[in-house]
Amino acid sequence: MNWNSPAEFFAMGGYALYVWGSFGVTALCMIVEPLLARKRRCDAVNSLRREIAANKEDQ
Amino acid sequence: MNNRLINWFKFASPQSFYPLAGRLWPWFAALAAIFCLAGLWLGFFVAPTDAQQGEGYRIIFVHVAASWMSMFIYCVIAFWAAIGIVFNTRLSGMMTSALAPTGALFAFLSLWTGALWGKPMWGAWWVWDARLTSELILFFLYLGFIALTAAIDDPRRADRAGAILALVGVVNIPVIYFSVKWWNTLHQGASVSLTRAPSMAQTMLWGMLLMALAFWMYAIAIALYRVRVIILERERHTTWVADLPEIKA
Repeated sequence: MNWNSPAEFFAMGGYALYVWGSFGVTALCMIVEPLLARKRRCDAVNSLRREIAANKEDQ
Repeated sequence: MNNRLINWFKFASPQSFYPLAGRLWPWFAALAAIFCLAGLWLGFFVAPTDAQQGEGYRIIFVHVAASWMSMFIYCVIAFWAAIGIVFNTRLSGMMTSALAPTGALFAFLSLWTGALWGKPMWGAWWVWDARLTSELILFFLYLGFIALTAAIDDPRRADRAGAILALVGVVNIPVIYFSVKWWNTLHQGASVSLTRAPSMAQTMLWGMLLMALAFWMYAIAIALYRVRVIILERERHTTWVADLPEIKA
């Protein structure tokens, strides 16, 4: 085990800004990208449903 | 045709690939989560402190994985681009569009984590080093690919233009990879090579490989998910899309 306390873990031997800046932004990107993809899918599904409903009314 | 062989060409049609991708992506997402947890655990709690760089070296676990994936995804895009040009299949263009944003993201993360690593170790966020510059060019190639395909209204023409850009840009990949050998760079040489033993502790190496595997699985999962959305968008006027349960409901 490398760390004697949680504070020591978060301090990263003085490199906290650099290590957590790297891991934090990577985690943020890998959370935001799937959310954006899910929004794009919801938009596509909703617009398809509207289009099909509109076509049914026309007939 | 032998019945026991899977007819792979069947999956070149968006209609049969859509449900297959839908079944596959949750598995890849789950694998990504498992490998990520294992890699982070190894990287933070098992891998020892580096003799020269202290705890600062732990950036390696995201930096190398993101850099490898940024190059690998570009190669996969170039592969699909070539398939699209040779066989004129619709799905290949959809695959390139589905992969490009994730590749751009990994190229950005490679540069970002590299800057955060460079500052404490070299004293500079950025230097015009061959490795860094060629990776920046890769990032711009991704952005150029996305912008070019988005600027052309007809998706089939957009695919062809994007495919040519992707194939021309692929020369940059060996440049990135060998930049640390060809030029005298500030960036260190390869940590892992096929021809010699790795120059790092076993646990560091395994942490790095697990993180690379996690990012790989993540990239497959998100690309499969996104290609399904692109199929819906592009095949919107077909009857099979209108008959899908998620659309009918």
